[in-house]
Amino acid sequence: MDRDAAFFEFVCRMGDNTLVLGHRVSEWCGHAPVLEEDIALANTALDLIGQTQMWLDLAGEIEGKGRSADDLAMLRDAWDFRNVLLAEQPNGDFGQTMMRQFLFDSFHLLMLEALEGSTDERVAGIAAKSVKEVRYHVERSGDTVIGLGDGTSESHTRMQAALDLLWPYVGEMFQSDEVDAAMVEAGIAPDPASLRPAYDTAVRGALADATLTVPESDFAHSGGKTGYRHSEHLGHILTQMQWLQRAYPGATW
Amino acid sequence: MKPTVDQVWDWLDQVPDPEIPVISVVDLGIVRAVAWDDDTLEVAVTPTYSGCPATRVISMDIETALRDHGVKDIRIRTQIAPPWTTDWLSDKGRDKLEAYGIAPPQKAGGPEKCPRCASKNVSRVSQFGSTPCKAHWRCNDCLEPFDYFKCL
Repeated sequence: MDRDAAFFEFVCRMGDNTLVLGHRVSEWCGHAPVLEEDIALANTALDLIGQTQMWLDLAGEIEGKGRSADDLAMLRDAWDFRNVLLAEQPNGDFGQTMMRQFLFDSFHLLMLEALEGSTDERVAGIAAKSVKEVRYHVERSGDTVIGLGDGTSESHTRMQAALDLLWPYVGEMFQSDEVDAAMVEAGIAPDPASLRPAYDTAVRGALADATLTVPESDFAHSGGKTGYRHSEHLGHILTQMQWLQRAYPGATW
Repeated sequence: MKPTVDQVWDWLDQVPDPEIPVISVVDLGIVRAVAWDDDTLEVAVTPTYSGCPATRVISMDIETALRDHGVKDIRIRTQIAPPWTTDWLSDKGRDKLEAYGIAPPQKAGGPEKCPRCASKNVSRVSQFGSTPCKAHWRCNDCLEPFDYFKCL
């Protein structure tokens, strides 16, 4: 795989993570348990979609075939998406949504902090812009996970169930492949595996504060970031997200 | 005759932020540069939050204002690095925010005082508020809720 092909793949991974998770979080709009949480979720989704615009703009520029961020978001099918499986998992209850957010935010923060030092100034610029927003996200998702985990017996039970369900999706974020190797060689991005120790320290610490038990098995589902095999949920997201462009090609406002 | 860059800055200081109309886009610190490139006036604008829906409206408002002043060739350039920070809010902007009822950002991470009664006895209701740049707080003395402009 040549450098630009790997670069395109890597930037799609960043942009598809924020796009798919941003869309998922936006599904809460008007449905959250209390108004403040509804607004917080909508704002988080908005940040993620804004970051998507920057990443997918850059992906289109690297690819050089004239595809815009909108083209990449709205006109690719499931097998061309490069988001991790965690991002496309269903919202479940509010606790499950916040657990998913915390597990992703903690990875996202470490990745963006490393990308601020990228040799590619466009990547470093997007990372520097995004990292400020993501620091705020992880502060909130971490506090919420601790509050609900160490809350009532009902909230504790639900958060433990959410952790048991989602933990098998954590490992994929740190799996390295030839795309990552090419990015490391070019000085563009870190090896995701190198971020795992810091992740474990931060996440296991917060989960202990939340009185939750991390599952013993490190089994990890995979196939999202390579596009080899997404879960069935991604296709359902795309039918909703891409419907307008599919039904009315080229529609604008 | 081409207006001077200083003149253009003065004009831009009259363009209100669409969501917080008491401050201008210059007060907000999002106009990063104004320069002539031959006969084209280039204005560099940086977004506050990457997903802020006001960004496009701001670019359009800037262009409209400059056209109203007779500038014909305008190029609005989006510049994301270095990232926007609330340190770029002007002192005039901070005062106007407070007078409008929005507590200006503080390094400590929370409002210094209630913008209504100046009490320092305030508490946070939510980390997020009505726009991406604000959080929701409440005064424990006058009991009024208020917006806090987040420090970024």
